[in-house]
Amino acid sequence: MKIKEIAEILQATPVTPNVDFEREVHTACGSDMMSDVLAYVKNQSVLITGLNNPQVVRTADMMDMVCIVFVRGKKPDEQILTLAQERHIAVFTSELTMFTACGKLYEQGLRGGESHG
Amino acid sequence: MAEVITLEYTVPGDDFTRAGEASADMKSRLKKLGLPADVVRRAAIALYEGEINLAIHAHGGCICVTVSEGVIKMVLADKGPGIENIALAMSEGYSTAPDEVRSLGFGAGMGLPNMKKYSDVFDIESTVGVGTTIQMEVNIS
Repeated sequence: MKIKEIAEILQATPVTPNVDFEREVHTACGSDMMSDVLAYVKNQSVLITGLNNPQVVRTADMMDMVCIVFVRGKKPDEQILTLAQERHIAVFTSELTMFTACGKLYEQGLRGGESHG
Repeated sequence: MAEVITLEYTVPGDDFTRAGEASADMKSRLKKLGLPADVVRRAAIALYEGEINLAIHAHGGCICVTVSEGVIKMVLADKGPGIENIALAMSEGYSTAPDEVRSLGFGAGMGLPNMKKYSDVFDIESTVGVGTTIQMEVNIS
């Protein structure tokens, strides 16, 4: 799935400049708990979260993720967006809830991928 | 790579928004050295969890990273409250983090177990009232 499809499916708005909409992503994870993302996630490219602080970008960066979608209408501040830009991570916001966002992406073929047990 | 590279960082206490700066810097530098991506990622995650712990629990501390032939060594030292029961602290899901920290996305009791999981060598020494020192190694291969 391409990043532009994720944006369409989630009716999401890009909030960082120069997003590579053609970039392919294969797996995603959804969590508000960054500890769990660090513990269980492996090789996922997209982070879907309702948590809104700089550690979301830090976590995504550590995991080599390329895209973050803030759900439930969360609006990341300038500090978060600057950090994401520095790390070349595309950021979107969506009004959808976590459950609905994950469900829509799954329905369209995006999967959770491997995880640490 | 014969030469040894040393990186030193000071982690401020009680400034949660800055926690992760040291790990991000180390990650960038390891990448530039051309180390394998999975090795870089494991080291970065282990250090990031440690850095978060320094900020949350220990009022800050210091990090020293050395990269030499075959291994990344990371030492985290603090003069925080120390850990009373290390075995309990190492068990998944156990946390003494306050609700405020949980609301920031951490404090699920996965920090120390994660650090152990992502490193090849993990050693922790702690004395209540004195501080904690953690040594981790990630093999480059």
